[in-house]
Amino acid sequence: MSQTAVQEQDSRFLQHHFTEMEQQVDASKIGMWLFLVTEILLFGGLFVGFALMQARHHEAFIAAHHHLDRGLGVLNTVVLLISSWTMVMAVHSSQKGDRRKLILFLALTLVCAGIFLGVKYFEYSHKFHEGLLPGKYYSHKGDAVPGQFMFFSFYFMMTGLHGLHIVAGMIAIAWLLVRAVRGDFSAAYNTPVDITGLYWHLVDLIWIYLFPLLYLIG
Amino acid sequence: MSAHAQAHAHGKHPTAKTFLMVLIALLVLTAVTVAAAGIHFGSPAVNAVIALLIASVKGSLVALFFMHLRYDKPVNAVIFCSGLLFLALFLIFCYIDVGSREVTVPANLKVPAPAAPAKQ
Repeated sequence: MSQTAVQEQDSRFLQHHFTEMEQQVDASKIGMWLFLVTEILLFGGLFVGFALMQARHHEAFIAAHHHLDRGLGVLNTVVLLISSWTMVMAVHSSQKGDRRKLILFLALTLVCAGIFLGVKYFEYSHKFHEGLLPGKYYSHKGDAVPGQFMFFSFYFMMTGLHGLHIVAGMIAIAWLLVRAVRGDFSAAYNTPVDITGLYWHLVDLIWIYLFPLLYLIG
Repeated sequence: MSAHAQAHAHGKHPTAKTFLMVLIALLVLTAVTVAAAGIHFGSPAVNAVIALLIASVKGSLVALFFMHLRYDKPVNAVIFCSGLLFLALFLIFCYIDVGSREVTVPANLKVPAPAAPAKQ
């Protein structure tokens, strides 16, 4: 792309309160990172609660985590890791101005997110069926160790909040896909792809910790 | 040439190959953590530490490469690390607080025998 064409692409999306594109990109990124920090602290509350309760009632937590299907946990971890890779490839393609690959990788990311939620739905309906529910709704019979409802309170709150983040991410990626098809993104302007990527990787990052805590350690 | 383009020309740019290597590393580490969970290293606490260490290596790979922190301006890494610092403070002070209190049992925890959960 010639220099003038790049600058034209630039100015189309340059907001009036920024002097140049670089400043706008930096500000957007800093804003996204600040938001991600608030997300870390949001999930942090649940992680800290989990750590404290697990230490106090670890027999109940270990007994309860055996109800989870480790195979499905691994499957979802792999799917989410692959989706993170397709997302970073989407960002990479957009930075190179490769519109076709950008569309392809965004679509693949959406597919992975859909598989993740599908597996999660399967897991949840199994738990509902068995009465493995949070707090007072817990109705599973024949437990050798009491207090397993505590684990499921954390399980549903943590994976539920994470699942909502997946849904939000899918909406954002669908919006990127529309804009990519429309031809908004180029080597000169791709900030929305970049910062949605950051968000998506954070959702992946949180799952990287959720998976061993819930499925492996208990 | 704009300052932005110059900054890009200077920084090492990640390639598609780099990202593929990171993905493979992440998948291998997932297999390692699952395999490690099947081995008993003496106490459950050791298993937990190993699992969380592997998770942290995976998390670092995601943050450094997929989230571009390795290539970005340092301000973003500073923001991210400050978030982790405050999370650590949150965890440590909660532990100190709970550790200084009498053992509490959730009100709806119906214990049939006094043995099981209160042992901790």
